[in-house]
Amino acid sequence: MAAAIRQPGWYRGAIGLVLGAAFGFCLVVGLRLLSGLDAFQTEQTGYPQVIVPLITAPFGFLFGFGAFDYWFRWAAGKPTIPEDHSGHGATKWQDYFKFNTDHKVIGTQYVVTTLFFFLIGGLLALLMRAELAQPGTQIVAANTFNGLFSTHAVVMIFLFIIPVFAGLANYVLPLMIGAPDMAFPRLNALSFWLLPIAGIIFLGSFLAPGGSFDAGWTGYAPLSTGAPLGQTFFNIGVQFAGASSIATALNFLVTIITMRAPGMNLWRMPLLVWANLSTSLLVVGATPFVAGAQFMVFFDRILGMNFFNFLEGGDVISYQHIFWFYSHPAVYIMMLPGFGIISEIISTHARKPVFGYRLMALALIGIVVLSYSVWAHHMFVAGMFSWLRVPIMITTMLIAVPTGIKVFSWLGTLFYGKIHTYSTAMLFALAFIITFTVGGISGVMLGMIPIDIHVSDTYFVVAHIHFVLFGGSVFTIFAGIYHWFPKMTGRMYDERLGRIHFWGTLVGTWMTFIPMHWIGMDGMPRRVADYASQYGDWNLLISVSAFVLGAVQLVFLYNMIVSWRFGPKAGPNPWRANSIEWQVSSPPPVFNFDEIPRVVGGPYEYGTPGARHAIMGGEGEGAEVPETKPSTVTVPS
Amino acid sequence: MTRLPILKMVLAVIVFGTVQSVILLQFNWFGDEASTAAKPIDTLLDVTIIISSFIFAIVCVALGYALIKWRAKPGDESDGLPIHGNTRLEIIWTIIPVIIVLGLAGYSWAVLDDIEKTDSNALHINAYAQQFAWTFGYPEDGNKWSEGELHVPVDRQVIFDLQAQDVIHSFWVPEWRIKKDAVPGLETEVIVTPDKEGTYSLICAELCGLGHTTMRATVVVESEAKYKAWLNKQTTQVPEDILKTTNQYEADQLKKEEQSGGIEGSGVIEQ
Repeated sequence: MAAAIRQPGWYRGAIGLVLGAAFGFCLVVGLRLLSGLDAFQTEQTGYPQVIVPLITAPFGFLFGFGAFDYWFRWAAGKPTIPEDHSGHGATKWQDYFKFNTDHKVIGTQYVVTTLFFFLIGGLLALLMRAELAQPGTQIVAANTFNGLFSTHAVVMIFLFIIPVFAGLANYVLPLMIGAPDMAFPRLNALSFWLLPIAGIIFLGSFLAPGGSFDAGWTGYAPLSTGAPLGQTFFNIGVQFAGASSIATALNFLVTIITMRAPGMNLWRMPLLVWANLSTSLLVVGATPFVAGAQFMVFFDRILGMNFFNFLEGGDVISYQHIFWFYSHPAVYIMMLPGFGIISEIISTHARKPVFGYRLMALALIGIVVLSYSVWAHHMFVAGMFSWLRVPIMITTMLIAVPTGIKVFSWLGTLFYGKIHTYSTAMLFALAFIITFTVGGISGVMLGMIPIDIHVSDTYFVVAHIHFVLFGGSVFTIFAGIYHWFPKMTGRMYDERLGRIHFWGTLVGTWMTFIPMHWIGMDGMPRRVADYASQYGDWNLLISVSAFVLGAVQLVFLYNMIVSWRFGPKAGPNPWRANSIEWQVSSPPPVFNFDEIPRVVGGPYEYGTPGARHAIMGGEGEGAEVPETKPSTVTVPS
Repeated sequence: MTRLPILKMVLAVIVFGTVQSVILLQFNWFGDEASTAAKPIDTLLDVTIIISSFIFAIVCVALGYALIKWRAKPGDESDGLPIHGNTRLEIIWTIIPVIIVLGLAGYSWAVLDDIEKTDSNALHINAYAQQFAWTFGYPEDGNKWSEGELHVPVDRQVIFDLQAQDVIHSFWVPEWRIKKDAVPGLETEVIVTPDKEGTYSLICAELCGLGHTTMRATVVVESEAKYKAWLNKQTTQVPEDILKTTNQYEADQLKKEEQSGGIEGSGVIEQ
């Protein structure tokens, strides 16, 4: 037992958690008593005895869990534990609950964790739809309702869409570029473990006096600066999720820039790699702004600073500028990795090179550049300086162009191909093109100021965001999970269940979100717990469809869980794809490659006889790709 | 690609796009029109719907055509043609969208300028927003005040000076098509010329807390004579303590300081 406590792991993590919380608590209470104050402070924007432990406890847990062991030993000049590939690879399910430094294990951890939060976020949405099925108040009161849509958005954005892409890329990207792992495996593991912490803090806000944060995921000041304690949970949770996101992005950048296999120049990188390069550039540039915005709100609340207190010279609008300077690029953070996934899948299943590969890559970079210049289109009616509106409208409209290039290029990829639609991944990819186009069109409409003036803050915006985030991002996530499921688990999922999931999701998405456009244009504001009775019928339809959409996700979960355990063996390359991750076994060996592959051509050389993307290690010229042994590598610890 | 399939696809796009536009234009999406801004905005929407219908048609037809024409037979393990791109096509589908979006942006700009033109004889009304109610002051008529009910004359431009007392609210009358946030510490205004008599709802469109859902007011648009009559019946005045915008607040502070012995009394310059 004593040994177990000294080892990094859950026991030590639990002790660290308690000690961390106790330290924070005693610090606050001690200092307050020393200053002659009451031990506890219970103003709703205060509660230092809760907030400080909320910050210290996660660090205590991370210390105990072993996140910093190696770095501390190294910094202290102590012998580090012999470079622990002990923390590499997974041979049993318990290994997924450790501080594991293997990018493949971390990728799986990410995907499973974020799908869990997807379920939570979905349940929150269904609670909302249950309330909105009829006019009037039936199930939840107004304050609970405000908390529901706020946490729904935060969980979906910060704990599902952004990190699930990081998870998929974590698994696939090092394999794709022929690297043995990510550049910073320990940082990678730390990035992952920050996520569940953020999730627990967000959801823990439901237990706070006054309920969960309820100022929307946007948390506009001064509503947020005066809100009950739950808002502080949001401020802090965003720091953990944001730090995770930034660290992962740095990791991707360094990995992509420095660890590509010999021969893989920029124009031989698969578009998924390009997409994650672009996304990471956005994350490192923009995410600090949301962290900053939430810190400012936090300081306003706790320390009585007056960033957004207009009575003391604060500027209310500046919150929105800082917030959207992150949160608009964030929608591309949530979309660009999906673009990469779709390019891989369409090219593979249409058996054709991606049409206009270079323009596709440049379009990604174009989106990165432009997306820093469009944030204020969220503020056309916010009362900001009116001269800024037209320039922002123009950049906003222009960003539709690179996005359009991508859509047309995917269509071009299909032409003269051999389109296989047996795979659920491909079905989602094809449906994505249509659904995302609808979201793109409503996006252009929202960019046009006179139209935006009428429909901003209505259900039209809700419809738009769900068409691009659900019909867009989530479709690409499903496509990606189905596509790489055989690689990650070594087993095949059930295509029949996949098809049920696909059609249910497609119909559910359209039935749920299309009518939202209509009621929004007709005058139903968003973020309301009740509405005029004239919208009753449409809302009932939306709610019923939302429940169908929710139910059909259970088919997906069942398919994934059962296939992971019992599915037929998939073999290394079930889709006959060219990129490097398919040339190793499924699942890949612990260190990915016995010998680093040599890249000799573009990633999508379908249809050119004899063309190769990469030559795997130990492979003679023109020989068959040898089977790589499954993960049985053991490393002395 | 030979001529014929292209022709077929173009035809399909025209039919699909036209049918979709015609269907979509049958609906009055934004609801009743009751201000001079509504017409140009709704026309802009119609134009956008037509352009969008054709773009959507292009994507659907291209996808559908590809799926019908190039779907692999089961068991077919061959690859498609190794086409890597077509520079001319790529330039076309970059340039044409640029022209379309810039055109729409220019059109939007023109509409925006049009609906925000101010009249010299516009009527100024103050709209005060606080959790969770709207109140109105009529500075041109003895600073009269009404709670939860706004009256305006028809066919005369009204400029609402919005003042938020606590958090951000948003002033929205859907039939007028205009919306603007009321921001604490900031002066914002809404310019609108109601052109249809009737009773409408003023909706708070920006999440402002627990009562956000119910933060509404009645808007009555009536003839100038009726408006005057209604105003004459109002007896209360805008209360003194209603919070002002930052500028006025600071001006007040300054005045107070002056009255209480000037800035010297503040202790900053005194030493």
